[in-house]
Amino acid sequence: MGKIWRVSGPLIIADNMKGSQVYEIVEIGKEGIVGEIIGLERNKAIIQAHEDTLGLKTGETVRGTGKILSAELGPGLVGSIYDGLQKSLLTLVENTGSFIKRGAKAYALPRDKKWQFSPTAKVGDPVSGGDIIGTVPETNLIEHKIMVPAGIKGNIREIRKGDFTVEEPIAWVEHKNEVNELKLMQEWPVRKPRPYKQRLDPSGLLTTGMRIIDYMFPLALGGKAAMPGGFGTGKTVAQQQLVRWAQTQLNIYIGCGERGNEMADVLHSFRKLNDPSTGRLLQEKEIFIANTSNMPVVAREASIFVGVTMGEYFRDMGYDILLVADSTSRWAEAMREMGGRLEEMPGEEGFPSYMGSRLSSFYERAGMVNCLGSPKRKGSLTITGAVSPPGADFSEPVTQNTIRIVDALYALDVSLANKRHFPAISWLTSYSLYVDAVMDWWDKNDPGWHNTRAIALRVLQQEAELEEIVRLVGPEALPEGDKLLLLVAKMIREDFLQQSAYHEVDTYCTPAKAGLMLKTIIRFYELSQEMLNSGTGIENIRSSPMVYKISRMKDIPNETFERQIKELWLEMEKGLIVHKGGVS
Amino acid sequence: MNISSLYIKEGRAINRAKGSLLIAESIPGIKFNEIVDVQLSNGEIKSGQAIDISEEATVVQVFGGVSGVDLIGSKIRCKGETLKLPVSTDILGRIFNGMGDSIDGAPPIVPDGYLDINGQPINPASRQPPAEFIETGISAIDGLNALVRGQKLPIFSGSGLPHNRIAAQIIRQATVKSKKEEKFALVFGAIGISYDDASFFIRNLERTGALDRTIAFINTASDPVIERISTPRLALTAAEYLAWEQDMHVLVILTDMTNYCEALRELSSMREEIPSRRGYPGYMYTDLATMYERAGRIMGKKGSLTIMPILTMPDDDITHPIPDLTGYITEGQIVLSRNLERKGIYPPIDVFLSLSRMMKEGIGPDKTREDHNNAFMQSYAAYAEGCYLREISTIIGAEALGERDKIYLTNADKFESEFIAQGELEKRSVEGTLDIAWSLFSVLPEEDLKLISEKFIKKYLPKYSKKQT
Repeated sequence: MGKIWRVSGPLIIADNMKGSQVYEIVEIGKEGIVGEIIGLERNKAIIQAHEDTLGLKTGETVRGTGKILSAELGPGLVGSIYDGLQKSLLTLVENTGSFIKRGAKAYALPRDKKWQFSPTAKVGDPVSGGDIIGTVPETNLIEHKIMVPAGIKGNIREIRKGDFTVEEPIAWVEHKNEVNELKLMQEWPVRKPRPYKQRLDPSGLLTTGMRIIDYMFPLALGGKAAMPGGFGTGKTVAQQQLVRWAQTQLNIYIGCGERGNEMADVLHSFRKLNDPSTGRLLQEKEIFIANTSNMPVVAREASIFVGVTMGEYFRDMGYDILLVADSTSRWAEAMREMGGRLEEMPGEEGFPSYMGSRLSSFYERAGMVNCLGSPKRKGSLTITGAVSPPGADFSEPVTQNTIRIVDALYALDVSLANKRHFPAISWLTSYSLYVDAVMDWWDKNDPGWHNTRAIALRVLQQEAELEEIVRLVGPEALPEGDKLLLLVAKMIREDFLQQSAYHEVDTYCTPAKAGLMLKTIIRFYELSQEMLNSGTGIENIRSSPMVYKISRMKDIPNETFERQIKELWLEMEKGLIVHKGGVS
Repeated sequence: MNISSLYIKEGRAINRAKGSLLIAESIPGIKFNEIVDVQLSNGEIKSGQAIDISEEATVVQVFGGVSGVDLIGSKIRCKGETLKLPVSTDILGRIFNGMGDSIDGAPPIVPDGYLDINGQPINPASRQPPAEFIETGISAIDGLNALVRGQKLPIFSGSGLPHNRIAAQIIRQATVKSKKEEKFALVFGAIGISYDDASFFIRNLERTGALDRTIAFINTASDPVIERISTPRLALTAAEYLAWEQDMHVLVILTDMTNYCEALRELSSMREEIPSRRGYPGYMYTDLATMYERAGRIMGKKGSLTIMPILTMPDDDITHPIPDLTGYITEGQIVLSRNLERKGIYPPIDVFLSLSRMMKEGIGPDKTREDHNNAFMQSYAAYAEGCYLREISTIIGAEALGERDKIYLTNADKFESEFIAQGELEKRSVEGTLDIAWSLFSVLPEEDLKLISEKFIKKYLPKYSKKQT
């Protein structure tokens, strides 16, 4: 039993700690505050406390647990709300009330709940790490596959069918006289990536339901993306939209050092909203980690790794997973605070010099893989991280280190947000390197994608150039063709890129609808160009009823969109662009 | 702090005194972060805080510097307690200093209990999303940046702008549309502000008769810097007591949080910590968050805690670390504009930079009015277009604009003078605010009202609504 020798903020040094290991979890004081050993020096252990250290005294006890920081993995994860150390927050509400008491404990997986286990393996089957031996229907949307933990190998001596808690044995595996008991639950150290057979390139579109992402800057399954943005640019709303509507089998939301009220809002909305493709409650395919900004700083790091470990676990079952971390800057700040306490040599802006490698060790856990074990299956884990650059200045170290790692950047722009253009993803500075990776997907679903996208991006680029001229000479002095281009660019911006997260229909847009919407605008552009060439004035085109109808496309439900838009096209082709002059 | 004057431990061996730090030999039993008394040889007593404790040494930060400390005669005395606030319902109507001692001359409180001023984090799973609209009677807030109960919404101001008058107006006018009988309270935390500003608020509260449901914690510019750290925490602890234990709806006004952050920087640099941007400590975000996150609503509890901090942006720079980090924590911000102030518009609220993240939950049918969201979006769009054209017209001249553009240009001026501007004593209902918005829409081309659904246009646009009546 060790004892506290020094306390300085979240840094604790304990004496009499011989025999401890680095990253071992310790419990401090009579409340049992959780800490993690980050260094050893003779008899002393350097500990980072994951909870508040206010009021601790020297001489209080420090108990080693012999375990390193691990996540519990098994049935019961889906729909749960955890803190950064994977304590179930709902259990904590039951045990300790509305406020989080220091040292309060709660298991991640309920110990008393029985799950219905159906084996798929038989007695005598040879199994090894990653093999699926049976399933548990965890929610209506997730069939939880029970896998042999990595490192265990042998033949099944016995396997049971029926209802079990996560701690009861369900199978026994025998190898050279050694018998291993398998349970529904396993543990995995969070800082260590879970193994897989083979890493594959990201491929296939991760449908997010956000037009600017799906159509303009697509995200591939197994990819990694960053979303930096100053405050008020709608980072959190955009990230929440991703976890809400992404058409992956399971989504994980990590609220790391962010607002409690917004977290409450997400939690409540997920109990009400339905998944667009399955019609089931979103809660049945989500895991939440809520480590709000007033909760202990050091646990922010743990929250990121706990989240990614759960993501990998479900990936190993052969699912496509999206993990959203909001915000990685808060985690980096926690690193900076700890680095300062340890008197490490600071790097840029006081951040520790290992920040870049820590960030990449997180993002690199994204990917598409051939999973370990049989049956053969592919799974993917996609990561998007929000970044909160101070003063919306992207040159700061966290943003720069993140941009170096990710392959898709969704840059949120303060000036767009001030104009209430949401999502405020800038089409001029954002990019996606997954355009080729999703090409096959789009070719199958919408062959015109590449071309339409290119035209739209070109129009927007030209608009940006014209804007400079407009600022000097005014909009009226431009030639007619340029005026039309500005009109069309405005339509692309307002009627296509802008998307309301709060509108019942517009909040989720299928890729098919997005494609048709943009094609409609481009077709309008082509037809108007013809009219201009035949002498119609821009004023007549501007006041065409088509402009208004196109602006209302967003509100047409996904299901009836194709039919309704056909009517609009027919009308448009009839030459209804000029409604007064009657030139048609 | 009249908690107990019993010292449990005393340390005499002070080895080093520098800046504001005393390094003494280890004092067994001292708690991390506890408040200690430092008794000088001449009997004077200073307060300090144990910021680093170990079996080798105890580091105490002395508030107000170490002048007069000698290494032989001075003593560190500790009570074995961290800073706590004595609470009871009698604290309503009282005025305290930044250490929680009463300064209004009335007898001390007989407490029901003592609360740790750092509070405890609300479990995110037991938070109730805020959704009750607070009518402040100010159009630019109610119409465009609505405040709801449980929100934390700061005012970003600049030196010389009327943030105090706006805050006082909100205190005077704020009401909630509710049929239930509810208890309200106001907690006022003055941090490093001038005596005049503090007395402005107190006078205002007295005049409106609100003082007996107010608790004030006053730390003026001449009071010790360290108490600026504890003042907002005391205020929030009192507010939590009223909200969660006495079922009250509490509004906390903290002014001026810039002084708080300056104090934090001062203490941090004395501790020789590695600074982050502009010398502010790297943990400033977390430090501010642990206070602002105490706002909210809790499932199963009747009360609510709303925070409205006021801060002055140094050099009106919104990217300065203080407003920047605050904006990342709070649910939006009300930004005051020097340009509007120069035009003589009160309240000079910058509509583009201001934002209320909780607005969508608090408005709409049954809460404000069905057309609120549409009218709000359309007002923004029209005003934004007008301002963009105003910018262009300064270069090319207003004459070079087309007819439609001229309409928008005049509309932007009218929006400022009729919608944003109002009297300091004028209390507008939210319906009144929305009606002004509609009267401004009536001059715009009707087909441009793209953001409003047609049924509202038919119902509220003056040319239709007048026909009906």
